Amino acid sequence: MKVAVCVKEVPEASARARIDPGTLRLDRSGTAALNPFDAQALEEALRIKERTGDGEVVALMMAPPRAADSLRKALAIGADRAVHVVDDALAGSDLVATARALARALEREEADLVLLGQQGGDSDGAVLWSALADVLRLPVVSQAASLELEDGKVTVKRQTEYGYDVIEAPLPAVVAVSDAINEPRYPSLKGIMGAKKKPFETLGVGDLGLAVEEVGEAGSRTQVLALADPPSRGESVRIEDDGSAAEKIVDYLADRKLL
Amino acid sequence: MATLVFLEDHEGELVKGSLGVLSKAAQLGDEVAAVVAGSGVEELGAQAGRYGAAKVFVAEDPVLGAPLPQPRVDVLAKVIADGGFDTVLFGASVLSADVAAGLAARLGAGLNWDLVDLELRDGQLVGKRPALQDSVFVDVGWTGKPRLALVRSGTFEPVESGGEAEVEKVAVELEDFSTKAVMVERAHAESEGPSIEDAEVIVAGGRGLGEPDKFALLEELAKALGGAVAATRAVVDAGWYPYATQVGQTGKTVAPKLYLACGISGAIQHKVGMQASGTIVAINKDPNAPIFEYADVGVVGDLHEIVPKLTELVRERRG
Repeated sequence: MKVAVCVKEVPEASARARIDPGTLRLDRSGTAALNPFDAQALEEALRIKERTGDGEVVALMMAPPRAADSLRKALAIGADRAVHVVDDALAGSDLVATARALARALEREEADLVLLGQQGGDSDGAVLWSALADVLRLPVVSQAASLELEDGKVTVKRQTEYGYDVIEAPLPAVVAVSDAINEPRYPSLKGIMGAKKKPFETLGVGDLGLAVEEVGEAGSRTQVLALADPPSRGESVRIEDDGSAAEKIVDYLADRKLL
Repeated sequence: MATLVFLEDHEGELVKGSLGVLSKAAQLGDEVAAVVAGSGVEELGAQAGRYGAAKVFVAEDPVLGAPLPQPRVDVLAKVIADGGFDTVLFGASVLSADVAAGLAARLGAGLNWDLVDLELRDGQLVGKRPALQDSVFVDVGWTGKPRLALVRSGTFEPVESGGEAEVEKVAVELEDFSTKAVMVERAHAESEGPSIEDAEVIVAGGRGLGEPDKFALLEELAKALGGAVAATRAVVDAGWYPYATQVGQTGKTVAPKLYLACGISGAIQHKVGMQASGTIVAINKDPNAPIFEYADVGVVGDLHEIVPKLTELVRERRG
């Protein structure tokens, strides 16, 4: 069983992320880390490998050169191999351009299962798997709260707004895990030391058989036009409860016809 | 602008979020068409006229009975190619987000997501998208057609305009890989009363409740107000309340007319999911709770005393 996990790097939760007003892109110069949602996809891949007793876990990342550290962290946590898709031509790629490049890298792997995390911790994007699956022409299931592999198929318990569905798909398949699926492990000291010896492949746009016009800004169909401050909510009322708070709330709601 | 709106259905009804997007599309001008794709959905197609659709394409097929995205991508791709639509709008949900992203890849089209507004500026469609935990608002556009947009759930209210839609059945032709994923068990509704996404009033509880049984206080209040009960991630993780009620970055995004937050500190994870609510009332013991920074009414006090009184008063007022 070969599992490919798509990971990305996001600004540290503690770091104050910002959008560069000049380029209108996310400023990635601050402290960054492996996207915590992707760590859960990686965890699930490692558990599959441990359950089946053999197989390979490959971590794939499309990101600028400096994000290599986060990919090494995936190796330290337990991935067997890393593939870094890195090229200046990829800068500014939107969903479709990203899916195009990652799909080419995934095609080379011929993995039985492609796993992704629930969302990017930075852009709150939660759509890549479906675009990837369409390019790869593979079945896709998102919001997996649990998954099982048997007889060449994956069975997923999917969380939706209405509860839990059970969905089955033959392998190879693309599955995006929900943040309820597991608690990811931390890298061990041994893992960190061992990561340096693991295969780490770097691929450019040319290696993927793509033209530069198909990716990056040129291959994208969305753009950021401007930045603005969020709208303010206006005046607020403060009530210190002296036993009459309930009455005050009801009066407030009645005034605004909310009862 | 030739706009197409994807209408999601659930248990014999069109989902409110997608009807809201349809109404918004109709307000932006020009004729708007819609797509309904499902099994036993022909009747639903006609209903879309009331919310501003001039034409509704109905794709009817047993395969579409399961709420899975890939066959719907096939349906939409064909309708767009045949009808020459240049703008395709979706109301966000687990299903619709997957449909929109798959369609973007299929058509090589631009998809902007998590939009909280759409407007025409000099004839160009512009979306507004909060970013970085809503600390900044970004105007986004498209550099090619069709333009795909996924609207944050609860953003637009459905408006009944009383029109009638011409219904056209479309042939369903599916890709081989689109039917490989199959649903073997369907979700069961976990709670009674309105789902939190459709509720006009939400009473939400967090850690400050102290223990799971105290959700009963909120259920009473929600019942008196005709609303639904929601929960924070912390208490859902702790197993106090079902996942389907979770509001926040990793749960649902809601925008009811009234959001009553009880014992919720209001961390960013939660704020993202409810800050678009009309009026926010927060009850918390801690005067420094972050939720007071964005509540319209901040009540510093013990919810265990205030909520039962509130329930009683609401019952009296509403008769």
